[in-house]
Amino acid sequence: MSHDLSNQEPLLRVEGLTKYYGARLGCADVNFELWPGEVLAIVGESGSGKTTLLNSLSATLEPTSGRTLYRMRDEQWRNIYELSEAERRFLVRTDWGFVHQNPADGLRMTVSAGANVGERLMAVGDRNYGHIRETALDWLGRVEIAADRIDDQPRSFSGGMRQRLQIARNLVTGPRLVFMDEPTGGLDVSVQARLLDLLRGLVGELGLAAIVVTHDLAVARLLSHRMMVMKDGRVIEAGLTDRVLDDPREPYTQLLVSSILQV
Amino acid sequence: MTALSVQNLSKTFTMHLRDGVVLPVVANVNFDLHPGECVVLGGPSGAGKSSILKMVYGNYGVDAGAIRLQHHGEVVDLATADPRTVLTLRRDSIGYVSQFLRTVPRVSALDVVAEPLVIRGTDKAEARQRARELLARLNLPERLWSLPPATFSGGEQQRVNIARGFITHHPVLLLDEPTASLDATNRAVVVAMIAEKKAEGVALLGIFHDEDVRNAVADRIVDVTAFAPKVAA
Repeated sequence: MSHDLSNQEPLLRVEGLTKYYGARLGCADVNFELWPGEVLAIVGESGSGKTTLLNSLSATLEPTSGRTLYRMRDEQWRNIYELSEAERRFLVRTDWGFVHQNPADGLRMTVSAGANVGERLMAVGDRNYGHIRETALDWLGRVEIAADRIDDQPRSFSGGMRQRLQIARNLVTGPRLVFMDEPTGGLDVSVQARLLDLLRGLVGELGLAAIVVTHDLAVARLLSHRMMVMKDGRVIEAGLTDRVLDDPREPYTQLLVSSILQV
Repeated sequence: MTALSVQNLSKTFTMHLRDGVVLPVVANVNFDLHPGECVVLGGPSGAGKSSILKMVYGNYGVDAGAIRLQHHGEVVDLATADPRTVLTLRRDSIGYVSQFLRTVPRVSALDVVAEPLVIRGTDKAEARQRARELLARLNLPERLWSLPPATFSGGEQQRVNIARGFITHHPVLLLDEPTASLDATNRAVVVAMIAEKKAEGVALLGIFHDEDVRNAVADRIVDVTAFAPKVAA
């Protein structure tokens, strides 16, 4: 962030994004901008439309109406739903990352940990085996996976290790935008804490923009700068994360915040 | 020059879970803060002192009014600023020592303290060195520095929090009862640290329930009861 308040351009601009499944509403009229280095949390309960929104934003789903404009590396703004298949694949493989809740959805379970990381590098044209292995090792270290596990398959990893491997696989190409769907869901709390700390550090160090879907408000507080609360497919409240959590305005947000168990 | 100017600030809470009852907090809050002075918000519990501090930091929204803050020679209204701007103002221009530390799992006390400098681009080793100096000055036992503060006592956590808030050079610094859980020795350290900030030209706005501390640091007291909302008869 520069201290000049006006000169930076967003990375993503979402306009009137709406998705229907037949007659059923997924999400409606979502509008926001995301800047480089900014982490946005999308919170809400099951069925609120947050995953539909994430999948639409990451071009996994085609919305019924609305646009998602992305500032490409050549500074051209493009509507991601109008990209050619080759352009879309380039984005997904290099400039974007997608961390799934279930690591098995984002990893290849029957190839080695090193190959899982190296594969994304090969997709951007790296052909030097020595360099690929060295970079994979470096990234395994950054996500705290011991070097002697590089030739093991993620099938033999614990849930927390798999999730860390998925993160390494996503970040190795230096993406500018990472989507995360409940990245700590289904993990033991001590494993969650380690993963959150790791994510927080990496996002800050690399200056990534990220969109994190979570139903866990503590995860939102720890990771995000800004937050959107969804209910019945609509964004009902949005703003600075600590303000939404400490001074919620909407009845539903007040209910969510007051429902957190205090330890 | 005015470092911070609070103008006609008003705040109510609407409690939707209690049938939408509206709780007026403060109305027509007006005061200025100048470089090198420490202004203390005075008044009994429940008068809205903490709410004012939280609005000035952008942690609470406001219903009406302006919070004009000096930011790199410009005046920015924090009350109407977008989230990104508020974060930039917090990074560069306004700091906050909250009453309680919000701990982050696995992060050591030393790194909790060093973090605000690292975010501003200070070299990590240098930031840690500054953090060590502050923790030593606040008499936090060295064996605790490498541990996450979640299991620390109230007074130990508060000292980590103070060190974290004082490590940067924000031109405006907000203090929410920073000495509440401290013994006399450490209270005196904090009083000395506040005096040094003033000498450096920092404008401080604080809440201090301890009368000795308040008398030692306050240049002026703003009586918050003057901003009590007028309840319709």
